[in-house]
Amino acid sequence: MALYNDTVMEHFMNPKNVGELENPDGTGTYGSPVCGDMMQIQIKVEDETIVDAKFKTFGCGSAIASSSMATSMIIGKTIEEALALTNKEIINELGGLPPVKVHCSVLADKAIKNAIYDYAQKNGKVYAALEGYDPNEDEDEHDHDVPEEE
Amino acid sequence: MRNVYLDYSATTPVKEEVLQEMIPYFTEKFGNPSSLYDKGLESKEAIDTARARIGKLINADPKEIFFTAGGTEADNWAVFGTADKLKEKGNHIITTKIEHHAMLHSCEFLEKQGYEVTYLGIGPDGRISLEELEAAITDKTILISVMMVNNEIGTVQPIKEIAAIAKAHKVLFHTDAVQALGNIPIDVKDLGVDMMSMSSHKIYGPKGEGALYIRKGLRISNYLHGGAQENSRRAGTENLTGIVGFGKAAELADIHFDEHVKHCSELRNYLVERVLNEIPDTHVNGTMDARHPGNANITFKYIEGESILLMLNYLGISVSTGSACSSKSLEPSHVLSALGVPVEMIHGTVRFTVGDFTTKEDIDYVVENLKNIVEKLRMLSPVNAQKGW
Repeated sequence: MALYNDTVMEHFMNPKNVGELENPDGTGTYGSPVCGDMMQIQIKVEDETIVDAKFKTFGCGSAIASSSMATSMIIGKTIEEALALTNKEIINELGGLPPVKVHCSVLADKAIKNAIYDYAQKNGKVYAALEGYDPNEDEDEHDHDVPEEE
Repeated sequence: MRNVYLDYSATTPVKEEVLQEMIPYFTEKFGNPSSLYDKGLESKEAIDTARARIGKLINADPKEIFFTAGGTEADNWAVFGTADKLKEKGNHIITTKIEHHAMLHSCEFLEKQGYEVTYLGIGPDGRISLEELEAAITDKTILISVMMVNNEIGTVQPIKEIAAIAKAHKVLFHTDAVQALGNIPIDVKDLGVDMMSMSSHKIYGPKGEGALYIRKGLRISNYLHGGAQENSRRAGTENLTGIVGFGKAAELADIHFDEHVKHCSELRNYLVERVLNEIPDTHVNGTMDARHPGNANITFKYIEGESILLMLNYLGISVSTGSACSSKSLEPSHVLSALGVPVEMIHGTVRFTVGDFTTKEDIDYVVENLKNIVEKLRMLSPVNAQKGW
């Protein structure tokens, strides 16, 4: 009996890609400590491919584990492929999260998007998946309004 | 792996003497206390003994002790029983923002029925203001309910003073003493409370058992309806083994009170001192004066509590946290919010509660591991002392 499965625990106890890059091509953050979760992702891009990614996360076990998993998943992917990464894929790769924790991994895909947005802005790049994207939009997808169990 | 349990405010193990006292009442001495033959009377006698032991612990007449299925039922009974009994007199209840959910959610339920509830805030020391309390009383006020010791920050309320104010205004006063029982001296007569909730499993007794003290001469409406048990005040065949266990636990709490308090407060103080001295950016929530002897509520800045809890758990250490991420409702602790702790720091708060079986070696093991865990999580965190929040 455990709160998280073995894969999640492994990524939580021994997270991959922790830290910050020396000269990142893009930096994205999402969430805030007030919400209980905040994530920063940095990417290194070569020929439209993410060659390295690092993260720093303030948050619970699933937030840290999904950060580790998400950064692992985008390394080696093209920008387009990374933009297509969904929360569901991250959660599946982790072997599932408790339902109440699903919101935590929303951080990872948003933080990745924000990092790529930053890269695109700095390098004058245009991606269809980022059309009309606002990294500072309301964080309503990351709300905490889960109905309490009666 | 070493196992260190530091969550005695959540629950306690049943003490061996308590268990031994209970065992015969599962098998040979199983009679229904309401039955008139010897086997029934034997059970009734066991219940009377338990009632007397609990009465002694709080200086009450045994007749003033009514067994319930725990602290939650006792709180519910006190609130709903008073609200119903005094519905002609008024519809206003005064309580605090830091009560247990057994009280808060009961009051919220009554609000939906048209009752009005005032929720008093607390000061930086974790206590309510007596002036504010007195000012909140109206001619419609029927009940004041203030918990004796808070379950999260361990702070003790000025119960005697509150009871005096309630009495002066002819308002009934209930206190939830679930965390206080066995941890601070309680004399219901000296305190002047009308009703008081208690729970067995916080004092090394079994779970699922509690009691409501109701002052002699006071009659509130019944909450459970049925048979004539508990002097026709609380229906349902008695939880015989639970009551016997609660009684024994109360007796032990009474006999060993001084050494229990000394043992817990020494270890708690040792834990607090080491954490504050050896781990930077930490602070204790709530005053250290007049506090539950086993409670340490500590904020670790720039990291999140569930992560701390998980890593401690991995090493066999059990604690709890005020972080929203750890609660099913995802709401940060209402107690720490009321205390004015900023939300980002509530997320990084851990409650440690020591008890009778805690040793100094346990504390050393916890602090040594905590140092590594906090360092590791701070390395992972995008916020830190240099960058700020």
